[in-house]
Amino acid sequence: MNPRRKKRLTLAVALIAGVAGVASLLLYALNTNLNLFYTPYEIVNGKKDTGDKPEVGQRIRVGGMVTVGSMIRDPNSLHVEFDIHDAAGGEITVTFDDLLPDLFREGQGIVAQGVLIEGNKLEATEVLAKHDENYMPPEVAEAMGQTHEKLDYSEQAEKPTYN
Amino acid sequence: MWKWLNSYADPQRSYNLAGTLLPWFAGLAIALIGVGTIWGLLFAPMDYQQGDSFRIIYIHVPAASMSMAAYMGMATASFIGIVWQIKAADWAAASIAPIGAVMTFIALFTGATWGKPMWGTWWVWDARLTSELVLLFLYLGVIALYASFEDKVLAARAAGILAIVGVINIPIIKYSVEWWSSLHQPATIKITEESTMTGDMLYPLLMNIFGFGMMIGALTLVRFRAEVLARNGMRPWVRELANAEATK
Repeated sequence: MNPRRKKRLTLAVALIAGVAGVASLLLYALNTNLNLFYTPYEIVNGKKDTGDKPEVGQRIRVGGMVTVGSMIRDPNSLHVEFDIHDAAGGEITVTFDDLLPDLFREGQGIVAQGVLIEGNKLEATEVLAKHDENYMPPEVAEAMGQTHEKLDYSEQAEKPTYN
Repeated sequence: MWKWLNSYADPQRSYNLAGTLLPWFAGLAIALIGVGTIWGLLFAPMDYQQGDSFRIIYIHVPAASMSMAAYMGMATASFIGIVWQIKAADWAAASIAPIGAVMTFIALFTGATWGKPMWGTWWVWDARLTSELVLLFLYLGVIALYASFEDKVLAARAAGILAIVGVINIPIIKYSVEWWSSLHQPATIKITEESTMTGDMLYPLLMNIFGFGMMIGALTLVRFRAEVLARNGMRPWVRELANAEATK
């Protein structure tokens, strides 16, 4: 390899290494700020590394699994209330006054955006369904005991608590 | 080996090689995308949660993964072009850029139309979606830089540096869903372990991914040939080619 090419190669490799270094430092500094949401555990106990906790009145996103059996639906309005939890053991209550996404089910992962009105209660203005990376035909899901029945919105099924 | 490879840096040889390869890439692309799409959209079983809506995966995932693969291809070509000063590599990089930009756009667009019915929103500023949007801007930047210099050697150098710097975004896109919490779910197709998708859904998806790869290859070859001709318009062999084409 002639000296000119060698020099250019060194420069190009140094460029890539430099940018990679800058980017990793940047991402390291931003760290948890790049997370889309708090987990319920972090809202109750603070973040693991920094310990910072969202304050009451703060506008945040929270993500977790809807606790099975926690769904309470107001029969006269769109108001719903449900708990979400995470694997670390945190649990908070979410209230919402609008239409839930189609994929919303008990046991489903969701991301709710709203205002924290109490230490463990979020008044959501937006609820998004988060789905996982598993895809399978209904028969396979049934065989694995993973059927996710859609919530029934019909008149007959209406009852104050949803189990 | 190097000597043999180097001979393809010659514009005429690379032009002819691209012409020979083109029908293979195009044929494979049409066959794979045709079978994969029909299989995926009509015959693959529907998903237990998302029903038929999940079928948009057969366009979304191939476009998204190939938008990243095309970027790597473009950056590699730029790297070769800058270090070894091989013009053919610069032309190849310039030919890939718009195709990659379109792939990125398709990935973002299909992602938004999939996100609306499933998540409940067109867009959310999570790490995966944002970094994919940055990829689109990188492509647009490379295209703009290459277009804004009259001197194409200079243009290729400027665009090439941006392309090489932008490579850092690729691992960020790939691992964004693992490093940070996001609305977008982690990868379904895994290389080291079993994919979290049943075979009858997975095979058409893999066919479409390879099909999209072949399609990008074919389109790049077409654009590369045009770029070679545009950059070598004064060469005798291009003039001969043009005359032969005119008398036909």
